Amino acid sequence: MNDVFPHSYFPHTQAQRAEMLAVVGVGSVDELFADIPERFRNPEFHLPPALTELELGRELGGLAKKNAVPGEYASFLGAGVYRHFIPSVVSAMISRGEFLTSYTPYQPEVSQGTLQATYEFQSLICELTGMEAANAGMYDGASAMAEAALMACRITDRDSVMVLDTVNPRYRAVLDTYLLPQGITINTVSLSDLVVDETTACILAQYPNFYGGIEALGDLADTAHQAGALLSVSANPVALGMFKAPGDYGADIVSGETQPLGVSMSFGGPFVGYFTCKNEYIRQMPGRIVGRTVDHEDRIGYVLTLQTREQHIRRERATSNICTSAALIATGTAVCIAALGPGGLRQMAELSYQKAHYAASVIGAVDGYEVIDDGTWFHEFVVKCPQSSKETTKKLLLRNIIGGLDVSDSVPNGMLFCATEMNTMTEIDALADALGQIAKGS
Amino acid sequence: MTTETRKPQESHQTLWDISVPGRSGVRLPESDVPVQPMPDAALLREELPLPELSELDVVRHFTRLSQKNFSIDTNFYPLGSCTMKYNPKINDMVASTPGFSGIHPLQPEETVQGALELMSNLQDMLQEITGMPASTLAPLAGAHGELSGVLMIRAFHEQNGNPERKVMLIPDSAHGTNPASASMAGFDVVTVPSDDQGNMDLKALEAVANDKLGGLMITLPSTLGLFDPGIVEVCEIVHEAGGLVYGDGANMNALLGRVKLNDLGFDVVHLNLHKTTSTPHGGGGPGAGPICVGDKLTPFMPSPVVERDSEGGVESFKLVSPPNTIGTLSAGHGNFGVLVRSYAYLRALGAGGIRQASGDAVLNANYLLKRLEHLYYLPYDRICMHEVVFSGRWQKAQGVKALDVSKRLIDYGVHPPTMYFPLIVEEALMIEPTETESKETLDAFVDVMIAIAQESGQTPEVLTEAPHNTPVGRLDEARASRQPDVRYRA
Repeated sequence: MNDVFPHSYFPHTQAQRAEMLAVVGVGSVDELFADIPERFRNPEFHLPPALTELELGRELGGLAKKNAVPGEYASFLGAGVYRHFIPSVVSAMISRGEFLTSYTPYQPEVSQGTLQATYEFQSLICELTGMEAANAGMYDGASAMAEAALMACRITDRDSVMVLDTVNPRYRAVLDTYLLPQGITINTVSLSDLVVDETTACILAQYPNFYGGIEALGDLADTAHQAGALLSVSANPVALGMFKAPGDYGADIVSGETQPLGVSMSFGGPFVGYFTCKNEYIRQMPGRIVGRTVDHEDRIGYVLTLQTREQHIRRERATSNICTSAALIATGTAVCIAALGPGGLRQMAELSYQKAHYAASVIGAVDGYEVIDDGTWFHEFVVKCPQSSKETTKKLLLRNIIGGLDVSDSVPNGMLFCATEMNTMTEIDALADALGQIAKGS
Repeated sequence: MTTETRKPQESHQTLWDISVPGRSGVRLPESDVPVQPMPDAALLREELPLPELSELDVVRHFTRLSQKNFSIDTNFYPLGSCTMKYNPKINDMVASTPGFSGIHPLQPEETVQGALELMSNLQDMLQEITGMPASTLAPLAGAHGELSGVLMIRAFHEQNGNPERKVMLIPDSAHGTNPASASMAGFDVVTVPSDDQGNMDLKALEAVANDKLGGLMITLPSTLGLFDPGIVEVCEIVHEAGGLVYGDGANMNALLGRVKLNDLGFDVVHLNLHKTTSTPHGGGGPGAGPICVGDKLTPFMPSPVVERDSEGGVESFKLVSPPNTIGTLSAGHGNFGVLVRSYAYLRALGAGGIRQASGDAVLNANYLLKRLEHLYYLPYDRICMHEVVFSGRWQKAQGVKALDVSKRLIDYGVHPPTMYFPLIVEEALMIEPTETESKETLDAFVDVMIAIAQESGQTPEVLTEAPHNTPVGRLDEARASRQPDVRYRA
């Protein structure tokens, strides 16, 4: 079993291996594995044969070609993941090996790049959300909402949460996974049935909500605070380019999915969740936090801080088990916000607003389709279709259009359509035409 | 090596410091649709206090920041338990092709068959590597995989009518995420000591393996870099007491192509794809922490799992939810972009390649062990796996801490090893060279460690004041914690 497998990833020559084995004092590499019980050592492994780099490009290119790509197809899918313009500087910066191939900045003197970029990410997110403190990021928006609920339970020492029924059902499902094992009660309620009492740790709301609606956060904050509970909001960062910040309404914890700002959709990940709170709660936050400080000569520098909350110090009493998260994606988001600036972000939000409302107006004008348009909304809207959502999706696909998400479990024949600055008027008109043809049975 | 080369602090400016009102780094097209009425102004924000920069400002700012990092691409980075091996560039390239990076997670299944096929193939390969019959790629990082695994163990006991099995055993050498994950899943953590060889103390284990036992979380090889030769007995003791065994696969790089964890008795194991399969660590993620699962726990796996369907001779793929699933872990299907890179890595190596990877990784660690054991105290004097844990106690006697040795390494252009972990080794220095480092790099590192050992005896202040040539010196962490400044304020 001393066969050698030459590869560009492995630098040793056979002569060098022999030299090193002699230093170690063994006759073969296999002898180094003698602690593995012999009867289980060296079983057969059946993996596909190794490919050269040239072949790898072909193999993966072939798989990629089997997917339909939004952009090549007109796409009106949102529902938590959005296609927005990503400036080329984003991938240029986060492809730099120094960001890409470093790890968690345990040694601040040789990690000031990652640390300052993360500090700037935290700062930009605080400005966007109107909040006082942010952490370095969570896995994604859904797990961030779950960790926010856990944090609210720790802060209030209560064990029940109120989730609005307008929260993304995929987020709602993750709440179950995270909260139920800790004995926390989850109540899913409509806005009109919302009751908060002395057992409630927090209200969990989304802004805009799953159906695009802009929730009245001020009222929710009042309702929560009157009962000594917190308001935790999951907010879309592009919407915050034009809509009032949750912090300005008195939200206590604001988290969300950063994907719309500079992160490619990539079949759902890697993304990064952002996480913010009021200053008074900072020591209850999950995850890593970067802080600014000085060295002995008063030079400004950045470090991981408040680490006594974390698993590597506090172990089973940590605020969360999170360790490796999504630092690179957070850096990419910081680059994206820095490039957009206030003008660019506002324009991106307003363009999305304009396109989505235009789409709603032309779809609403097609016979047989009803747009549910109550109140202010952003990004997306529900349409009741004359045929089943499944049928409509299929027929749109035949016309090279990826339609909205099937939400027929909450609205009969309902589809959740989304438009952003990436959708042209031509595409939107073609969608309306296609829906018209489908209604007529073609 | 000089010690007085630190440059005056240049370019520590933040995005706000270089902002000039009126600049923008992106221009978007004007709207091409008829103007739609805007919402009530009371709902809109007036201020958006973000920095304003040109495109070049952005590029230069972040490029300069990046240059303040050590990274695998620029430096030897033997950070123990993190497996900082070379991250092949082809993997990033394929992951960024639009057919992968541009697809939406909720597209109709028939439009993402290539993505699902890749995930299905990756599940198959990870199952082959671990010997486990099932797997899911859903967990987004190692600790996320741990949480899933212990939640499955909990669900298993509850379904079998044993909800009182709430004790999770964890060795004293374990990574902090293990107890934190167990606690999040509602388990009470009980610590099991290691014996004087660094193996699990079987007598201590037997003493706590009772009818309250939920399971054991164990890292193999251990965080001491040692393969516990009693691992089969460990699993048997846990199983006989009615518990299940969770394998933390953080150190799987040592075992690739050498042994199947299923054969040893593990019930569930996570793999850190960012470690073992070379996907970039990104300054702290993204990672991926798929779990491979034995028969007992398969029905409880988190959702989704990719299922291959060969009906009628036509292959197709779909996302399914296991019958007694513990639920979903995120809004997506896993960190797909990381999975693509991992798939590319395993396809590049095949069975022969992964075996070579573990062989060279273990050879490199043992080479460093032998060349340095006369200068740095070796608490467990035996053949190690992919990493070697030294203690800085000889240097400490000279007034130099493991921290100082680490900081001095920076002056020589080497990223420090993992320090002060595992907790059971005094002044621990955990060194993981990985298989992608050449003998030349290892020899240069040995020379540096020899020089530092000499400095420790002769000029200890050079170590205690290190590093000397970085953009900043040692930072005041107490101040950072006492007066948290976690965001820029104008």
